[in-house]
Amino acid sequence: MKATRLAVSALALTAAAGVAEARDQIQIAGSSTVLPYATIVAEAFGENFDFPTPVVEGGGSGAGRKKLCEGVGETTIDIANSSSRIKQSDIDLCTQNGVTGIMEVRIGYDGIVFASDVNGAEFAFTPADWYNALAAEVVKDGALVANPNKTWADVNPALPAQDILAFIPGTKHGTREVFDVKVLEAGCQASGAEEALVAAKGEEDGKKACLSLRTDGVSVDVDGDYTETLARLDANKNAIGVFGLSFYQNNTDKLRVATMDGVVPSVETIAAGDYPVSRPLFFYVKTAHLGVIPGLQEYIDFFVSDEIAGPDGPLAAYGLVSDPELAKTQEMVAAGTPMAPLN
Amino acid sequence: MTATAQTAAAQTAPPRRSLTVLDARTRRRNAAEARFRLFGLMAIAVGIAALFILLASVLANGAGSFRQTFLFLDVHLDEKVLDKSGTRDPEVMNKVTTIGYGKIVDAALKDAIAKNGIAIEGLTDKDVSDMISKEAAALVRDRVLADPTLVGQTIAVKVLANGRIDGYLKGRVTMDSAERDSNVSPNQLRLADAMIEKGLLVKSFNWGFITGPDASELRPEAAGLGIAILGSAYMMLVVLVLSLPIGVAASIYLEEFAPKNRFTDLIEVNIANLAAVPSIVFGILGLAIFINFAGLPQSAPIVGGLVLTLMTLPTIIIATRAALKAVPPSIRDAALGVGASKMQAVLHHVLPLAMPGILTGTIIGLAQALGETAPLLLIGMVAFVRDYPAAPPEGFFDPAAALPVQVYNWTQRADPAFVERASGAIIVLLVFLMVMNAVAILLRRRFERRW
Repeated sequence: MKATRLAVSALALTAAAGVAEARDQIQIAGSSTVLPYATIVAEAFGENFDFPTPVVEGGGSGAGRKKLCEGVGETTIDIANSSSRIKQSDIDLCTQNGVTGIMEVRIGYDGIVFASDVNGAEFAFTPADWYNALAAEVVKDGALVANPNKTWADVNPALPAQDILAFIPGTKHGTREVFDVKVLEAGCQASGAEEALVAAKGEEDGKKACLSLRTDGVSVDVDGDYTETLARLDANKNAIGVFGLSFYQNNTDKLRVATMDGVVPSVETIAAGDYPVSRPLFFYVKTAHLGVIPGLQEYIDFFVSDEIAGPDGPLAAYGLVSDPELAKTQEMVAAGTPMAPLN
Repeated sequence: MTATAQTAAAQTAPPRRSLTVLDARTRRRNAAEARFRLFGLMAIAVGIAALFILLASVLANGAGSFRQTFLFLDVHLDEKVLDKSGTRDPEVMNKVTTIGYGKIVDAALKDAIAKNGIAIEGLTDKDVSDMISKEAAALVRDRVLADPTLVGQTIAVKVLANGRIDGYLKGRVTMDSAERDSNVSPNQLRLADAMIEKGLLVKSFNWGFITGPDASELRPEAAGLGIAILGSAYMMLVVLVLSLPIGVAASIYLEEFAPKNRFTDLIEVNIANLAAVPSIVFGILGLAIFINFAGLPQSAPIVGGLVLTLMTLPTIIIATRAALKAVPPSIRDAALGVGASKMQAVLHHVLPLAMPGILTGTIIGLAQALGETAPLLLIGMVAFVRDYPAAPPEGFFDPAAALPVQVYNWTQRADPAFVERASGAIIVLLVFLMVMNAVAILLRRRFERRW
């Protein structure tokens, strides 16, 4: 009878499900900013080594670190990609779940660029311009007022008289953190708004107020990825979007990049430290899995090797700014040194 | 109310009337009917137009992904680069990475350019090397490692051209955009033109798109759907094997054997409710139960299949119960009347007659499961996977991708070439669905019986 045969095979399947077999491929999850770099390395690793190609997943920096800290064993991931540094709360969670050794590997730097439609006007920003354009409260004529600025020229007469409309990354993105710190906070200080806010609201609330944005639809949070920002720029030719450097480099025919503090973002200016809005990218390795998951040590060695992460490697070609201290990282990775406690 | 209105009308109006001349009421009724039909037609027209626009845009965007630009090269496999020891020892040859092979492929293209007398002013070495997909080096390396005797010979290979060059042949990249594009230069496009003339650069059908694995963002031209198709097929297999017997058994019990009481009513209501639960909820459930509790591997088709089974079960149960209900009671009565047991009556007579309806329900359930993305994101099916899963049953536990998730994945990539591939993946998904439906219709035809 057909139904019985089906039922028997179904039972066999569920029985087989009970015994999960040993994992032989590396599993990686985390930041969607690091994802393209990790896939490039995974692909090259699978091609050149006898180990299977690592399985790489996105999901966000925070989610990746949380997964890493779920515990030790084959059902947990080996590496978490992260576009921001690990937090004490993550480390605490790790310790609680028995994950004691975590190796921190800095793979390089990533720039965050401000770009408009390729046929749009030229922009030369400073962090203060962005703060005055997007913040909820700004200093005008020496007094703290709700943001009245309508066009970029209102913010800074040197900028084009174009309506302010900005697509910035949503709060779940690691990119937003950098935008908050390197652009809004810096702009808040530079424009003198921080002083006024602290005076008006006290030390802590004043600093927090630096990060509160106006809510009249001028600043739009994009929770999707850069492709969504690009699509929105396409629909609103007057808008400015926030992108990763590598994304911009892949779409230079559609985007016109703005300067920040007079510096054009590029691999060179970020490596030299001239371009202000950049951040380091990391991945975190569970040291307990080294030597257990086949190929894990080889993979991380390969990732930080000169031919991959060096200035002439494929990662740099894709937009990663190579770390000048790569040799130190290579040594640390080869020795398998876990990271020191956060200071 | 109408009846009283009619009698009232009959009393006041004279009864003499011709059938050939329409009175005002009949005309109104006819007009209302015509209007109703028109609305129906309009509804269908809107539906067809929406479908047409959707299909047309997907086809227009995605048809290009099935054809890809290839380069024909004669690659000289230099012993000095590939096997310095000269021993053809696979251990030693393994050490030469794709970067070494890449240089050989670049040299081959340079030779071909020189041999064909193509001269382009200002063409740099980087321009030449960027004409070829990074995948080419891996292809040559695999061939050499499979057959070390090739070292020292010259082999003819057909390799993928870079995604931007492919975009030029497909009209996505133009001379204007190349001026501004940091990944391609107008010189490369001029070189491409010259190579097309000499027959070195050809667009042809790309099997790699259907059979190949996914690729990283540096080589969109090499990205394929092979693993996603396998992953989706494995998941559908798991869903079919689990949900059909469980669903049919549950519905037969509920419909034919279960007593009618509060408890069975409660079950019935809850099955209907389950069918309406958002699919992401099943993903959260799957993550908690199958991965965190049962310890099944991430990104594996078995987990995807189990989650989708949970999602499909209510659909199948509801459809199966409707099919069982539709079998005339006279059939049951006749079977019981000649002495069949209840089980015999159900299995021998009712179930075969209900089979077409059950199959229809299963197809609807499977089609829904095939296109489901949200729950798969939670259980890691969204990963970048390059190794094919093994044959079942071991393959159910290997990492794999799924078709709808691959579409989602590709739309997020930075390189514009992935937009075309995402649309191509949608076409493959639709074809997959049509094949499944065709099989189901064939099966249904075979089971169909009349009484």
